[in-house]
Amino acid sequence: MNKGFQLHPDQASTFAPELDLLYFFVVIVCTFFFVLISVLVYAFAVKYRRRSDDERPALIHGNLPMEIAWSVIPLALMMIMFGWGAWLFFKVYQVPDGALEINVVGKQWMWHIQHPTGQREINELHMPIGRPIKLTMASEDVIHDFFIPEFRVKNDVIPGTYTTMTFEATMTGEFYLFCAEFCGTEHSRMTGRIVVLEDSEYEDWLAGGAADETPEEAGLRLFSELNCITCHGEVANARGPSLTGVFGEEVRLAGGDRLTMNEEYIRESVLQPRARIVQGYSAIMPTYQGQITEANLLNIIAYIKSLQGTTQE
Amino acid sequence: MSAVAQETVSEDEMPAVHFLNHVHTVKSWLLTMDHKRVGILYLLTISFFFLIGGINAGMIRLELMTPGADFMEADTYNTAFTMHGVVMIFFFLIPSIPAVFGNFIMPIMIGAKDVAFPKLNLASWYLFIAAGILGVVVTMMGGVDTGWTFYTPYSSTYSNGNVTIVAMAAFLVGFSSILTGVNFMVTIHKMRAPGMTWFKMPLFVWGMYATSLIMVLGTPVIAITLVLLMLERTLHIGIFDPALGGDPVLFQHLFWFYSHPAVYIMILPGMGVMSEIIACFSRKRIFGYEFIALSSVAIAVLGFFVWGHHLFIAGQAIYAGMVFSFITMMVAAPSAIKVFNWTATMYRGSISFDTPMLYAMAFIGLFSVGGLTGVILAILALDIHMHDTYFVVAHFHYVMVGGALTAFLGAVHFWWPKATGRMYPEGWARLAALLVFIGFNLTFFPQFILGYLGMPRRYHVYPPDFQILNVMSTAGASVLAIALVIPVIYLIWSLKYGKVAGSNPWQAYGLEWQMTSPPPAHNFDETPIITEDAYSYHTMNFKVKGSEDQKTLEEAEVEH
Repeated sequence: MNKGFQLHPDQASTFAPELDLLYFFVVIVCTFFFVLISVLVYAFAVKYRRRSDDERPALIHGNLPMEIAWSVIPLALMMIMFGWGAWLFFKVYQVPDGALEINVVGKQWMWHIQHPTGQREINELHMPIGRPIKLTMASEDVIHDFFIPEFRVKNDVIPGTYTTMTFEATMTGEFYLFCAEFCGTEHSRMTGRIVVLEDSEYEDWLAGGAADETPEEAGLRLFSELNCITCHGEVANARGPSLTGVFGEEVRLAGGDRLTMNEEYIRESVLQPRARIVQGYSAIMPTYQGQITEANLLNIIAYIKSLQGTTQE
Repeated sequence: MSAVAQETVSEDEMPAVHFLNHVHTVKSWLLTMDHKRVGILYLLTISFFFLIGGINAGMIRLELMTPGADFMEADTYNTAFTMHGVVMIFFFLIPSIPAVFGNFIMPIMIGAKDVAFPKLNLASWYLFIAAGILGVVVTMMGGVDTGWTFYTPYSSTYSNGNVTIVAMAAFLVGFSSILTGVNFMVTIHKMRAPGMTWFKMPLFVWGMYATSLIMVLGTPVIAITLVLLMLERTLHIGIFDPALGGDPVLFQHLFWFYSHPAVYIMILPGMGVMSEIIACFSRKRIFGYEFIALSSVAIAVLGFFVWGHHLFIAGQAIYAGMVFSFITMMVAAPSAIKVFNWTATMYRGSISFDTPMLYAMAFIGLFSVGGLTGVILAILALDIHMHDTYFVVAHFHYVMVGGALTAFLGAVHFWWPKATGRMYPEGWARLAALLVFIGFNLTFFPQFILGYLGMPRRYHVYPPDFQILNVMSTAGASVLAIALVIPVIYLIWSLKYGKVAGSNPWQAYGLEWQMTSPPPAHNFDETPIITEDAYSYHTMNFKVKGSEDQKTLEEAEVEH
């Protein structure tokens, strides 16, 4: 941070040089066309300037081969840009194996960050270098956007759903964190810093930070406090389906549809339990809408994921 | 073409009676059925709104001169950029060229005595005024702070601003543009003079037709969306707010389904103006006329299928993003075709550098930058980094100011002598055009760099690293402000002291240049019959300008 006057941001993630390469390619292509047009306009303006007031140029209707050329060539170049950009876009949304999963909750006007080991931070994210990070993001109120320019990544954080983003730092140091979606009065102060540490420093930071209960532990506690356990326990003839070993698996719904048990479905089942019911159970669960925070919802999800025992997606 | 100039008036004199003075009363203006007078009413009102939008822009740039919050509160800043966007888009850019010059010149260009529905035309101005009054009232009540995009659930639940009234104003002004669009479409279909086939129409008329298509098909969608927003805000019916069971991204889909095509409402008319000006000051038929004409329609149609490029990182499916990115590339092609054709029109022309042509040449360059950076933003991966940064701000200002405003200024300088019968001082006008170009680039080019560095839009305070580029931008805005005040002064001056223009000061081809300046109240005494293509400059006899005995020279007559 405070790098002074720059013309181009540092490349601090694995994605940054890949994106910049595409950026430089399109800037060069676009500059070529801009210069071409500008030079032609200037050259024609000078060469064919009016020399006498009664000048009458000859009629030129047009030229079909030229029309085809200046339609097809730019379009072909744009198809290259489209393909390259789509490929890279697709790639950056793939979550690599072994990613460190961190939860982010945005609310007017701060970022709450919770580490899998229980540390909580506000407007700061400490992370290790050289290790993929996956953020699962939720909003308590309006739409926010988590933006780290030097990593070249950003994604909207939308109330009522989860969004994710993945990145891997290649440079230690401090980097800007901005909220990029207008979210009200103090939008421009909903900023913070990303602190990228060497592995050993990161371990020290984890050890030094007052580790709260981990998301899984908090989820376990909430599971009893909110009485989830009453119906979703490991007993025969329970009123709700068992949640052990189901995350990432396919479940069959009343009515015959199937879906994969994921974060979104757990979220929906807590907030709007009667929307989609697992086959064999009746719609008796009350809604927890308004009674649970986004952070606690993420804790419950972390707990249900931990009931797995197997590797997650 | 048949000659239509009033026989009793020599072409270099002011006619004794014309549309401005044949009746004088205020009532005759407020109840006018004359398309030309409606155009003048619009010119006066949108100029007022441009001033309001410009003052807000000035406040924004002043605040951003320093990284801290030293000129205004956060809420005041948020209101300033919202009012800047709402006023400039809904009350200046969308009505600018269509409602002023579409009304004033388009019916004359096709040889009609008026638009198809003169009363509807006047009604559209009154709707505009009603919406404008709401807008002014809201400003006095403290404005609104949602950004011109009104994203939910901020706008529907969290904002303390006067969202409902502003949404109502945008709703009303939308109906004003629907009425204008319907009117233009019917006029162009049914009221062309005999012989004026579709491919003999001036390209400005093609631009108006494509624009009207979008106004009529797109505007109802924003109207419905704003009604839904008002319902949720006032009656708490859950449509967009997830806390009420709604979907916030649905709003973005509906909003951009109109608002992206609305970008083409703002730029297509400007493209039409460009074709008129470049042909006139190159004395050439437009190169590839059919390609320019049909590319306007292609833009209007394809423009309806690209809205999702505003939602690449807003939770939209990756595959949907790919489709929208692809179609956005397709819609860039017709714009490129136009730019190449305008450039080719200058080839072997006879080019003069009167003020409208200076604006036209600026337009080609600035619009190219705006269009090319649009392609950059449409590339999926790049949009991850650039979305919601100053790169986007710079991009759309290159299109909206570098493109649409430059075209509007070009149009004002091109048709001012026709509308008022007077010339403005050419030297001052050229100076202002040059200052607009310099001021504009100094304001907005640094914002591309700021954007890639990561400065987000709508930031009231920012890290000190970004200050130098922001200071450059503010300096540019000051130059731009001065450059925009100069024309106001010399144009008003010209109304009384300007040289008499005569019917055809530019020696331009087209029906509007064959009638007196200002035009007679009912345009044509007898309906013209069209035999030649538009831009038949190769059939004209040009006279030598500037000599004292101008009137003794042969009158420019259009050959058959």
